[in-house]
Amino acid sequence: MASFSHAVGAQTYRFDSLKDVMAKASPARSGDFLAGVAAQNDGERVAAQMALANIPLKHFLQEVLIPYESDEVTRLIIDTHDKQAFAAVSHLTVGGLRDWLLSDAADEHSLRALAPGLTPEMAAAVSKIMRVQDLVLVAQKIRVVTQFRGTMGLRGRLSTRLQPNHPTDEPAGIAASILDGLLYGNGDAMIGINPATDSIASICAMLEMLDAIIQRYEIPTQACVLTHVTTSIEAINRGVPLDLVFQSIAGTEAANASFGISLSVLQEGYEAGLSLNRGTLGQNLMYFETGQGSALSANAHFGVDQQTCETRAYAVARHFKPFLVNTVVGFIGPEYLYNGKQIIRAGLEDHFCGKLLGVPMGCDICYTNHAEADQDDMDTLLTLLGVAGINFIMGIPGSDDIMLNYQTTSFHDALYARQTLGLKPAPEFEQWLAKMGIFTQADGKVHFGNSLPPAFRQALAQLG
Amino acid sequence: MQLDLPDNPWLELRRLTPARIALGRTGTSIPTNAQLDFQFAHAQARDAVHLPFDHAGLSSQLAERGRESLLLHSAAADRHSYLQRPDLGRRLSDESAQALRDHASANPGGVDLAVVVADGLSALAVHKHTLPFLTRMEEQTHGEGWSLSPVILVEQGRVAVADEIGQLLGAKMVVILIGERPGLSSPDSLGLYFTYNPKVGLTDAYRNCISNVRLEGLSYGMAAHRLLYLMREACRRQLSGVNLKDEAQVQTIESDDPDLMKGNFLLSSPDD
Repeated sequence: MASFSHAVGAQTYRFDSLKDVMAKASPARSGDFLAGVAAQNDGERVAAQMALANIPLKHFLQEVLIPYESDEVTRLIIDTHDKQAFAAVSHLTVGGLRDWLLSDAADEHSLRALAPGLTPEMAAAVSKIMRVQDLVLVAQKIRVVTQFRGTMGLRGRLSTRLQPNHPTDEPAGIAASILDGLLYGNGDAMIGINPATDSIASICAMLEMLDAIIQRYEIPTQACVLTHVTTSIEAINRGVPLDLVFQSIAGTEAANASFGISLSVLQEGYEAGLSLNRGTLGQNLMYFETGQGSALSANAHFGVDQQTCETRAYAVARHFKPFLVNTVVGFIGPEYLYNGKQIIRAGLEDHFCGKLLGVPMGCDICYTNHAEADQDDMDTLLTLLGVAGINFIMGIPGSDDIMLNYQTTSFHDALYARQTLGLKPAPEFEQWLAKMGIFTQADGKVHFGNSLPPAFRQALAQLG
Repeated sequence: MQLDLPDNPWLELRRLTPARIALGRTGTSIPTNAQLDFQFAHAQARDAVHLPFDHAGLSSQLAERGRESLLLHSAAADRHSYLQRPDLGRRLSDESAQALRDHASANPGGVDLAVVVADGLSALAVHKHTLPFLTRMEEQTHGEGWSLSPVILVEQGRVAVADEIGQLLGAKMVVILIGERPGLSSPDSLGLYFTYNPKVGLTDAYRNCISNVRLEGLSYGMAAHRLLYLMREACRRQLSGVNLKDEAQVQTIESDDPDLMKGNFLLSSPDD
């Protein structure tokens, strides 16, 4: 293990290891203080950033943060590292990588070629010495395009996951939120329910219901019920129609074990999903959720800072060619991300690092009521991520998730991003919205239809 | 004056869910009234998180009913540190731990159930529900002959602080009444957490939770009924937590009939 030192002003700062430099170089956040790995003061933080900037990228292949022998995520990172792709930047330091990423040499093409050559630790390291505008600018150059029944991640597009949660999984209540979302033009990334219960019977029933709705109204989208991967495998074994296979993942083997998963369990889920062959345009079908702080909350961070742990989760994700990955940034609470400032920066870091590694990133732009954050902070993060070219965001009725008790982006928030940034839904869904007469979009402006689509008018008439 | 916005044509869906659907729109944005309703709900939840624990008021109300109480403080000095350092909220301050030891040596012999009340993330929930819940609970514990500790009030407490208190009191079991994280529509939800053979360092796997005690949620009587069931079963099987399933849970949201889940207005045909 190397030790590092950096002299600045009259003082020389010493750091025990790469892990130590990385943690102390992290912009301040409550989770790193809770873990006891953060810099003591602002001076030490910037000195660590300066020391980090001088470290050659090659060093990251020699000094791993969590031992190769004891952690399968480290083994995955090292064993799948693409040396040829790395060659483009292998002569650079972390600071040199930042300069290169911001230069004209880094464009959509060269960044796509570079992705398999970067390890998560390299991506995390460079993000720590980047400002918000750097994180936005570089991410904006990158496109990660995936397909199932719709196409995600194209330039000029922004998709939404319609999240119709209900506190008791009441089918009519779920259907009411689905229709509300569709009529506001949401749902092209997926219709994805967080179930209140984990009973296999009701999970299967919800999957059947979503499949029937998608078929009845010929919606070019995909369905997901966010249950444990082993439950999805069980549903597939029972012959239930299942589009996307969900799982929460983290960046260490031990944290994944606390979720009841391993790489081989994920592989099993991925293969079960592939066996159904339900994608019409492509077979990207894994849907992962992540979030800074999850490794620490499972006491499985091994002294690694929370943003680096999070980035390691993207190495797990990209191995399974996911349809979408969602960093649920403000859900975990103020002991990890204390306020709007910390949540905003973390959301941008996650999006940037994920994209740099070739992962189709979205963000659950969210907060809980005990965090020092509010709707203004979410508007700020939404606008920044919209500019940065994020693949998808959540869409729920009025920002209020009545099942999970937190606030995320609303159906209306997505429309705001469309109006201000000219972002359109996925092309297949855009056509469907036009065909149904819900809305069309030209020059950014959203033009709603004058009346309810006939198919939905009929459905509402059933209510009597 | 206000713009005359068109009625939302799917307003009737509101009766199917408490979600904020059919809000309408002005341009593509949320109309003023819905926007301010949301802000008020968030303000209420925020105020609940930051409302100071009125332990003096609670203590005197308990005294009026002839119930002794004891005020303790967690190791988290204030709300700011409480929110960022969950580890501190799970332990008593040194002074409080000593005060409790003194109490235990003056009252040897232990108790069946230590009763703890902590502000948690909503003092509002504790202010509203502690007395009525304890009244219902004590009717039942008294009837079954369980011995109880004084009511231990904890400022800036998290769930696990109850285990330290139960251990110091030599209690066979402990229950903590604690304010849950406020939701936008539920700023005053009380949670109950129960541990058999409490000691410092136990994880959530050793606790049973009875959640959402409030007027719009689980009733005081039902919560007390479930707690007493857990106490009897825990003593019989000498454990609590994931291995002690709460079979007294009367309301169930699970359905074994998938057909029940399928039917809804989006899928029924005009001929149905």
